[in-house]
Amino acid sequence: MDFRLTSEQEDFRKGFVAWLEKNIPDDFDPSRRRSYETEEDLKRAYIDFQKRLSDGAYAGMHYPKEYGGQGKTIVEEAIVLQTLAATCFELRWPGVITHGMAVPVIYTCGTEAQKKMFLTKIHDGTQLWSQGFSEPDAGSDVANTSTLAVRKNDHYIVNGQKVWTSFAHVSDYCLLLVRTDTGSSKHKGLSYLLVDMSLPGIDVRPMTQITGEADFNEVFFDNVKVPVDMLLGAEGQGWQIAVTTLMFERVLGDVVMGAAYEKKIEKMIAMAQLVKRSGRPALEDPIFRQQIAGAYIEVQVLKYHGLRSFSRQLKGGVPGPEGSVGKLLWSEPNQRLTEAALGVQGIFSQIMGGAPWSIQDGFWQFDFLRSKGNTIEAGTSEIQRNIIAERVLGLPKDVSRASIK
Amino acid sequence: MDISLNKTQRDIAKEARRFLKKECPMEFVKEMCEDERGFTEDIWKKMADMDWMAMRIPESYGGIGMDLMDLNMVLEEMGRTVFPGPFFSTILLAAEAIVASGSDAQKDRYLPGIADGNLRGTLAMNEPDGGADTDYIQMAARAEGDDFVLTGTKVSVPDAHVADVLVCAARTESGNDPNKGITLFLVDPREPGVSVSPLPTMDSTRKLCVVEFKGVRLGKESILGERHRGWGTLKQVLQRAQIGLSAECVGGAERVMEIATDYAKIRIQFNQPIGTFQAVKHRCAQMYLEAESARSLLYWGAWAQDYGDEKKAAVAASAVKSYCSETFTHNASGAIQVLGGTGFTLESEVHFYLKRAKGNEMALGDPAFHREQVMGLLQTNGIDK
Ligand SMILES: Cc1cc2nc3c(=O)[nH]c(=O)nc-3n(C[C@H](O)[C@H](O)[C@H](O)COP(=O)(O)OP(=O)(O)OC[C@H]3O[C@@H](n4cnc5c(N)ncnc54)[C@H](O)[C@@H]3O)c2cc1C
Ligand SMILES: Cc1cc2nc3c(=O)[nH]c(=O)nc-3n(C[C@H](O)[C@H](O)[C@H](O)COP(=O)(O)OP(=O)(O)OC[C@H]3O[C@@H](n4cnc5c(N)ncnc54)[C@H](O)[C@@H]3O)c2cc1C
Repeated sequence: MDFRLTSEQEDFRKGFVAWLEKNIPDDFDPSRRRSYETEEDLKRAYIDFQKRLSDGAYAGMHYPKEYGGQGKTIVEEAIVLQTLAATCFELRWPGVITHGMAVPVIYTCGTEAQKKMFLTKIHDGTQLWSQGFSEPDAGSDVANTSTLAVRKNDHYIVNGQKVWTSFAHVSDYCLLLVRTDTGSSKHKGLSYLLVDMSLPGIDVRPMTQITGEADFNEVFFDNVKVPVDMLLGAEGQGWQIAVTTLMFERVLGDVVMGAAYEKKIEKMIAMAQLVKRSGRPALEDPIFRQQIAGAYIEVQVLKYHGLRSFSRQLKGGVPGPEGSVGKLLWSEPNQRLTEAALGVQGIFSQIMGGAPWSIQDGFWQFDFLRSKGNTIEAGTSEIQRNIIAERVLGLPKDVSRASIK
Repeated sequence: MDISLNKTQRDIAKEARRFLKKECPMEFVKEMCEDERGFTEDIWKKMADMDWMAMRIPESYGGIGMDLMDLNMVLEEMGRTVFPGPFFSTILLAAEAIVASGSDAQKDRYLPGIADGNLRGTLAMNEPDGGADTDYIQMAARAEGDDFVLTGTKVSVPDAHVADVLVCAARTESGNDPNKGITLFLVDPREPGVSVSPLPTMDSTRKLCVVEFKGVRLGKESILGERHRGWGTLKQVLQRAQIGLSAECVGGAERVMEIATDYAKIRIQFNQPIGTFQAVKHRCAQMYLEAESARSLLYWGAWAQDYGDEKKAAVAASAVKSYCSETFTHNASGAIQVLGGTGFTLESEVHFYLKRAKGNEMALGDPAFHREQVMGLLQTNGIDK
């Protein structure tokens, strides 16, 4: 057992940190809650920065060079992503689905032509993706997907509606889960289409979230003609692709989250030094000290659990349903962490960023609200616990899975 | 980076599970609860034959000098069976202290005996006014010429009634700073002036004693390590013991999760296994989540003791101790709930786990104490990334 990086990896990390210092955009300001006010500004900043990463040979570390990657290992990728998460999470935010889902899914299941068409453009920042799974009647029950794709000659004609589609309003393509077999129900007959968002018949309507931002959308498809060569994998195998590929990526996500949260703990400690309670720094209050330390410990749990799973994967292990543990470890503790942070703020906890008396530019007001989505997005906590109970512990199936063999 | 057990460690764990399954079924645990000494010479001898006592003792003193991580494999398994007796106190409290700062003569005198199973020891640290803190040492050791005279009371001393040697922390200089004036002594509990009384405890698999010192006179040769500077050793011993106890907690937390899960599969109510109900299945899933994630944290803490720097080792020990011990309590309580009325009986085995969990939670610094330690360390050292 060894928790350290090798000396080559450590050199690589240092090199990247040094590179980042020089290449971080001038208008990025970590003391602000957001450096980019509008979605368009943020998208532009993302694209520029991703281009720099690519030029600097830091994009897609573990993907082959022919697809815009660097031909290194997933360890270098983890180092890059951890460093970015701890330094400039915001700059990479519009690309989380693009890099976390679209890239691995296309790389593992795409045809050579699809890989050529998309991967390099994703790595150099030209292309952003969204993920269209959820529908009004297919949330947790993804298999209830009813958006239809009917094959007509060399096209699929797509009709239906997606919802909660993050980044659809800024994305160029969508990884769309559709039903290709009209007679099928549940998990059979689902397929993936790689859909150009500029096609006629697609209507994207942003939805405002409880944070006041509009990161996700409703997306309507009205007789959208998608070329058949944009089918990913075989027809009817969409479900399997979704499940297996995403498990691989999840582990990397846990490792990255750990690094991002550590940064938040630093921020919280700095805040507690600043904010007063009865005339003394809140950091002297034993209850807050307990809560901050507790939050730090939970972050270490996430970090080391993530690294342990990651290490298993490095040795060729295939991630299984126990990946649900990681999902629960980054979502639920983040709610406790942000709640503790607002607790430290006390009477200032209502003051929004930018206002007089606002603390840390309203970071925690936003983060507290945003964290409420964590236990819903990427599979709710209830669904994760069902998965652990049924697929890891072998408890009897819930009605929602009784049909799955 | 490689966060996996090596072959030796996996073998140790496998052997330990096999051994304990055979030698330490629940009937044995029950018997040992009633037993005044709390263990048998027979099992102690067999454990010595398996080299468990020798694992952490250097080769030059009859041991094998293995890592804490290696010993943890055995401790996790012991946690799974609520293993009774003075193994933990002898190995993680007494032997670690002697290895860390004993003179050659002291090591010669105790370590080979501990390694081959002939000697047992423990640590007399907690005092009535210290609560669950570990750094409150006020019992006086007054200098008289070359000798020291110990007077005072130590509480919650595990297994002192069967110990051949007590490592006792006392003050040779008054004050509140643990860094100054604490000295460790090696005391024979049969020494005049020492009285040891076991107390009835909730977790009767682990006997706790009150040890009274009434003018116990000790010569210089009884000082373990440096005079006035005992805290450095004690701190290190405590960190390792905290990790070791956490390994027990992880093993126990995992085992009660299994007991609950197995029961949920076979107990029928409303014409179906209760494990069908989400209220039950989510509880089981939570137990799995906590046990597995506690294990991940534990590995970090153990590795930090074996190979990390001092700062990392300190913050990890406190983080691990608070998280793993609370996890054990959560899981033991959860298992009782899943077992319903059955879980509430002495007939079921789960009560042993709950009682051990609560004992482990409070021992060697309770969770609140350790979170305060963590906070202090974060303030002085920052976050070690
Ligand atoms: C911030 C955010 C971003 C998102 N981004 C995307 C995206 O980019 N693309 C995309 O496709 N989707 C996205 N989603 C949607 C997300 O995947 C769904 O919200 C989620 O799967 C839950 O579906 P639902 O909202 O329909 O809730 P429902 O499925 O209706 O669930 C409602 C409640 O019932 C519970 N429940 C449902 N079924 C069960 C069961 N079997 N057992 C126990 N409890 C159950 C749920 O846990 C939940 O608490 C996003 C959601 C959020 C909040
Ligand atoms: C201290 C004590 C005193 C008692 N005194 C009396 C008494 O005087 N008279 C008497 O008649 N009984 C008494 N009982 C029995 C008590 O009423 C039962 O233990 C209780 O009803 C649970 O039944 P059970 O033990 O068979 O557990 P089970 O019914 O087997 O339940 C096991 C677990 O499954 C859960 N579970 C079961 N069904 C469901 C479901 N549909 N949905 C979700 N979860 C479910 C339970 O909540 C529990 O966690 C006593 C119990 C105790 C602990």
